[in-house]
Amino acid sequence: MKIHEADAKSLLVAQGLPVPAWAVARTPTQAREAAVQFLADPGNATKKVVIKAQVLVGGRGKAGGVRLAATADEAEDVAAQILALKIKGLPVRRVLVGPAADIVKEYYLSVLLDRATKRLMFIGSAEGGVEIEQVAVENPDAIVYEHADPLLGLPDYAARELAFKVGFGKHWKAGAAIAKGLLRTMIANDADLVEINPLAVIREHNADGTPVERLVCLDAKITLDDSALGRHKGLEELRDLDAEDPADVEARRYDLTFIKLDGDIGCMVNGAGLAMTTMDLVKRAGGEPANFLDIGGGAKADRVAAAMRLILEDRNVKAILVNIFGGITRGDEVARGLVEARAQQERDVPMVVRIVGTNAAEAAEILEEAHFVTAASLDEAAAKAVAAAKGVAS
Amino acid sequence: MSILIGRDTRLVVQGITGREGEFHSRAMLEYGTPLVAGMTPGKGGQTALDGRVPVFDTVAEAVRETGANTSCIFVPAAGAPDAVLESVAAGIQTIFCITEGIPALDMISVVEKVRLAGARLIGPNCPGATSPGRAKVGIIPGSIHREGRVGVVSRSGTLTYEAVQAMTDAGLGQSTCVGIGGDPIVGTQHIDILRLFAEDPETDALVLIGEIGGSAEEEAAAWAAEHLPDMPKVAFIAGRTAPEGKRMGHAGAIISGGKGTAASKVAALEAAGFRVAGSPTELPKLLREAGYRG
Repeated sequence: MKIHEADAKSLLVAQGLPVPAWAVARTPTQAREAAVQFLADPGNATKKVVIKAQVLVGGRGKAGGVRLAATADEAEDVAAQILALKIKGLPVRRVLVGPAADIVKEYYLSVLLDRATKRLMFIGSAEGGVEIEQVAVENPDAIVYEHADPLLGLPDYAARELAFKVGFGKHWKAGAAIAKGLLRTMIANDADLVEINPLAVIREHNADGTPVERLVCLDAKITLDDSALGRHKGLEELRDLDAEDPADVEARRYDLTFIKLDGDIGCMVNGAGLAMTTMDLVKRAGGEPANFLDIGGGAKADRVAAAMRLILEDRNVKAILVNIFGGITRGDEVARGLVEARAQQERDVPMVVRIVGTNAAEAAEILEEAHFVTAASLDEAAAKAVAAAKGVAS
Repeated sequence: MSILIGRDTRLVVQGITGREGEFHSRAMLEYGTPLVAGMTPGKGGQTALDGRVPVFDTVAEAVRETGANTSCIFVPAAGAPDAVLESVAAGIQTIFCITEGIPALDMISVVEKVRLAGARLIGPNCPGATSPGRAKVGIIPGSIHREGRVGVVSRSGTLTYEAVQAMTDAGLGQSTCVGIGGDPIVGTQHIDILRLFAEDPETDALVLIGEIGGSAEEEAAAWAAEHLPDMPKVAFIAGRTAPEGKRMGHAGAIISGGKGTAASKVAALEAAGFRVAGSPTELPKLLREAGYRG
């Protein structure tokens, strides 16, 4: 699950990490109130505020979603403009307001799951503020990697080594402490990724006006492990339902994995690998899949009916391909669900059904009685579905 | 011979009295798997599967009393990492964890403990393995198999069934079929299974089933090119049409930053001497074309 920058920063602060102050505003007036406060702060070296769109996609800056303002009036105006934006299709409903940083140097630091080594891995670079993927292509030597110990985490010496390798200079102690804090954040919340870009040395002013530098987390991106949400009270509330397709919300309620795509052939499959394969074969047969849909293991009739409703909510769908290889899932249960779903459906869309494996014979009887179009092999099913979507009798 | 499981297997099922555990244990027993013990805390002294399998309170006791050397875990996600640790502590050498939905971070220390003990963990979130005619551990339907000499390794569940069924329909039997699981952190990866097949005198050809995300297939391909240059090899990769940045069901199946695409995996496999099928049903034909005569 992705969460917003402001929420990610709260999780960092909870682990004692240095994050400059911020406020979240839902209206231009709220943004103005926050700006007044940050503009009056004597520590704010730039005497400006930054206003950042809170959306769950990258590329906010390029889309005009991150801007500066020097006065309260300007902040209100800029916030109004950003709140009217859609970034990659997502409406901006909140902005983050904070003091504009006087940046001395930008770094990159993240911790993530490394599947190859089965450990947590830190990625650091002295070239922060740009996409790390770009640095990896253009200047791979500028990136350093360090694995956490699977039993001990990141001991102090390893945190220091990492800090020296990244090149935090005189801020190495802060760098080491932040690395340890990122790991704590990861573990405390069961995150898949904690990414700080930029992690920056910024200049601020002491009460007497003298400048002071410190290393802070200027931006934050955290994704959470969906499998672990159940054991963290409060994290589920960070889910931005506004940013989700209503279909995703419906899918989650029935334990379905659903991803909408652009084609016109709806797919209902059990198992993620087989669901992807079914999409691939639809494409190979000359069609375009309308969705990825995994009904999971052991699906009963009601889950099948819910899956069918989800597929049919997409008005582009012209044909449906059902592909079930029963293991845990029983074919007759799915067949009964299909009969039930068809009886309820408002729109008549041609359907091709293939059910093999556990209780396939019982399923075949049910399907035949209900006059479903069936197919023996996956290739045949894909071809029939594509023909049906094109309006060709099969 | 076969790999991982075979005639020497003595299986203990952790969570045998649960709904899933009992259903699949029955299927394993009926397949002929040497299922010697069940384990459910608090149910020691009872029996499962109509009195055919003794149940113990601990894995250690099951090992002591029955000589169990392999375990299969059907314990719910909250207790499954602990179940793996219990198997390791009891000296079990081959551990299958079928459970899905285990938080990824929980598995990091567990796989390390497995490694330090010199044991092997398959999964979690995997369908298990079958050595046709000898033993099946996990949830793969026994009916799809046929005895033979083709080794099958896959990250997926039902996609594996599809591929195995296609092989069986074409008369190509299998030595062992292994589903390694779709989670980001799994105990055993494609390359580890290829190493085992390479040492198995009864495996003469390979089927590798992969999917988008990560780089495990690429690493396995490079290893096979070097160590198994003459063995007929075929592969299938799921997710050619998957969009970037979307997690396709499996926690591991995601293309991000242009990495883990089907195209890069297909290219790596072809460069390593694999024939890559456009559909699972083409695997038998490609295996014949690669020179397999089994």
